[in-house]
Amino acid sequence: MQVLAIFIPVIVAIALPFLFKKIRAIHTGWFVLIVPVALFLYYLTFINDTKDGLSAISKLEWIPSLDIAFTSYIDGLSLLFSLLITGIGSLVVLYSIFYLDKTKEKLHNFYIYLLMFMTAMLGVVQSDHVITLYLFWELTSISSFLLIAYWSDRDASRFGALKSMMITVAGGLLMLGGLLLLAMMGGSFSIRELIAAGDLSQGNYFTLALVLILLGAFTKSAQFPFYIWLPDAMEAPTPVSAYLHSATMVKAGIYLVARMTPVFAVSDVWIWLVAGVGILTLTWGSLFAAKQTDLKAILAFSTVSQLGLIMSLLGVSAMAFHVEDAAGTIFKYAGFAAIFHLINHATFKGGLFMIAGIVDHETGTRDIRKLGGLMSIMPISFTVALIGSLSMAGVPLLNGFLSKEMFLTAMLSVMEFDLFNFETFGVLFPVLAFIASVFTFVYSCYFVGHTFLGKYKPESLPQKAHEAPIGMLISPIILAALVIIIFWIPNTVGEWLIKPAVMAVQPFLYTSPAEVMVEVSAWHGFNTELQMTLGIIILGLLLFMTLAKWQKAYAIWPRKLTLNSLYDFVIFAIFERGTENFSKLYMTNSIRRYLIYMFGAIIVMVIGTLFIKDAFVVDWDSGSPIAAYEITLIAVLVIGTLTALFGKSRITSIIGLGAVGYTVALFFVIFNAPDLALTQLVIETISVALFLLAFYHLPKLGRVEERVRFQLGRAIISVGVGVMVTLIALSAHSQKLVDSISSYYKETVYSLAGGGNIVNVILVDYRGFDTMFEIAVLAIAGMGIFSMIKLRMGKEKKNESQ
Amino acid sequence: MKANNLILQFTSKIIFFIIFFFAVHIFFAGHYTPGGGFVGGLLMASAIVLLVISFDLKTVQTILPINYMYMTATGLIVAVGTAAFPMLLNKPFFTHFFDYFTLPLIGKTSLHTAALFDLGVFLVVVGVTMTIIQTIGEDE
Repeated sequence: MQVLAIFIPVIVAIALPFLFKKIRAIHTGWFVLIVPVALFLYYLTFINDTKDGLSAISKLEWIPSLDIAFTSYIDGLSLLFSLLITGIGSLVVLYSIFYLDKTKEKLHNFYIYLLMFMTAMLGVVQSDHVITLYLFWELTSISSFLLIAYWSDRDASRFGALKSMMITVAGGLLMLGGLLLLAMMGGSFSIRELIAAGDLSQGNYFTLALVLILLGAFTKSAQFPFYIWLPDAMEAPTPVSAYLHSATMVKAGIYLVARMTPVFAVSDVWIWLVAGVGILTLTWGSLFAAKQTDLKAILAFSTVSQLGLIMSLLGVSAMAFHVEDAAGTIFKYAGFAAIFHLINHATFKGGLFMIAGIVDHETGTRDIRKLGGLMSIMPISFTVALIGSLSMAGVPLLNGFLSKEMFLTAMLSVMEFDLFNFETFGVLFPVLAFIASVFTFVYSCYFVGHTFLGKYKPESLPQKAHEAPIGMLISPIILAALVIIIFWIPNTVGEWLIKPAVMAVQPFLYTSPAEVMVEVSAWHGFNTELQMTLGIIILGLLLFMTLAKWQKAYAIWPRKLTLNSLYDFVIFAIFERGTENFSKLYMTNSIRRYLIYMFGAIIVMVIGTLFIKDAFVVDWDSGSPIAAYEITLIAVLVIGTLTALFGKSRITSIIGLGAVGYTVALFFVIFNAPDLALTQLVIETISVALFLLAFYHLPKLGRVEERVRFQLGRAIISVGVGVMVTLIALSAHSQKLVDSISSYYKETVYSLAGGGNIVNVILVDYRGFDTMFEIAVLAIAGMGIFSMIKLRMGKEKKNESQ
Repeated sequence: MKANNLILQFTSKIIFFIIFFFAVHIFFAGHYTPGGGFVGGLLMASAIVLLVISFDLKTVQTILPINYMYMTATGLIVAVGTAAFPMLLNKPFFTHFFDYFTLPLIGKTSLHTAALFDLGVFLVVVGVTMTIIQTIGEDE
């Protein structure tokens, strides 16, 4: 059941097209909604066990011979993610019911992709087997691609979809390499066993595996410098952005890093990369969020930045491995803070995305320069946006404040870490964290302030603004309520969800969730963290007031030097144009040219092999006598060929060709091959008929009879083919390296195959595979001809036959 | 420019059936004497082509209202199905079965799953040949 639960969404998806077609009156989303809600309730039942540090495991064999299985392993970390996926999933589906119009949109496509994603994501966070983990991982990339490109008639959608897939799939492939190396070193495909295997750092490929796996995680979680796909992914419908690109899929990288921390915490490269890239991404994302003018782009950069925050916390949490008795010191906070912020981020950012979607839906634009003063028109949306933004900014009385404080604590703890050069560079972490937090505050205010406050500009809005329907508001309201509730009961949340997950991240510190001695309190004295928060708020407010003055400074940086232009250069200049030019060198659209390539290549290969292997042997002894009628047939054959070549009109050539074919059939008759003779006769008849039918379409043989110039190259090729075939036939006849198989056929054709005609029994029994694939190829060719003729494209066809 | 093809049309009416039954015969005879699904299919196609030549495509389509694409697909399904069905009995893919029976009218005969496979080949060959000829012929 536990494994099957992963696949429930995708199984339900099969029924959707029928529901969509048959029951048009009810929005398909209502049917879909059942799935995540039911799964959410199902996963809730696990909480009792994981709370005490227990785990549940269930296995479904897939390819036993290769030791590949779907293994669902639910511990605190997996459960937390599963609950996020199904919980946010439910809210997003509910929201989408009101966001997507049931008459205009291709709902069946949308929900199938969404359910596919749900299965993939559940698979990622529950798979214990690295191969199936990878499988689900790539499936999330693919479903994300499909969802971003949902409005596939927009250029930007397709571009964004392709970009996200290019980057995440490339990272996924690298990760596969890392996972395989890891599995080789640890001698197991199971992540649990790899963790239990203890210190793998002496393995030859430990660092390589580490870097590869991190590349997978960084591309997926939009870390610097791979984050560039996330802003472009905002072309997806807003429910998708809220779900995939803020709450779940982009956290797959976080999950992987968290899951792998016990394996890699021993490495200084791991700590530096995870913490360093994380803090860099945090700062970078927050700096650029304030530059954006599109509501969703602000949120995209903010997501990038927040993911960096969680990532850096995970890096710091690995430091605890190197600190003696870390569970009792300041180093215990990082792991807890990472998981805590993960939950908080899902609540406030999900809500903010939904609000951005509502604003877009109700005003017709997401351009923040056109928006303003919506507070009085959309009071509920404003409230939700305000709660979400302030929580993101880390203002007290909201859950973001708590995790932000713990984040600052963790960053301050870095200064006390004195290994791996952290004693020199460690001070950068709190400084960058402070700067990033200031800008986080600025863009949070920017998001709310410029949308809901200020002057209402009805003339710049495409449609008249009004508050969203209540159905659309339910989900963001629930999320906003959670933002407030979590602030008041952080320790309950900690006990039920966070501590079991922390135990999975830092098993080297704790053996049961109860040992995680972290108490969250809103007030912990007027310490450094609180002073920093105050500083952040004051500085942030100042910068926000003066935003208009310094926002222009972003334009100073030349567009050519951005990561996006690097991506464009690689994709368009190198891959697209480069490979296109290369293939244009030899793909000239001339069938004659292609035939020359093929025949030339085969001559070189075959005659070359004959020459190198010294295989050309002629043995005239076993030849049979040549009779007069055979010479006659040969003469007919030659005359027929010449007629076909030099015939003045097409019909003469066709008749000449037919004569050649029938003569060959006569040869088969002479040499006792009735099956071949029969087939050859019929084939010849049908192809002549085909020629007659196609006759109408063929161009007239030049009225201005243009003499074919003698071309040396072509002459060599045609003579070469003739020589090659002759040589092969002579050598094949003259020497027998192995016994002929025909005696075996003769003996067994009746006893084993129950037949009498060896040729046909070979076709249907001995070599049945050949026949099966041949008819498949035949069918494909038939379909190809059918579609090429029925759907031919304009004039191109006419030039080709020339 | 419709030519008067009376003689051709009259003869092909008769010859069509001769070729048709010859094709069926060749198909069934294939296991013991020359023939088989491939040749049988081609012969069948040539019989239809004869009709196409002496009448025209539209007339033939009203006589034999067959979607040859479906025919091809059916053939593929029959062939692959015959090959795959032994897997249900835990035998290797493509295992053939045969035995000898005494049937009414025909007498003692052998029934072989290879014939089913050959039927698939037959259908594919007829289907593809006719698809090609029809599409090219229809195209003006």
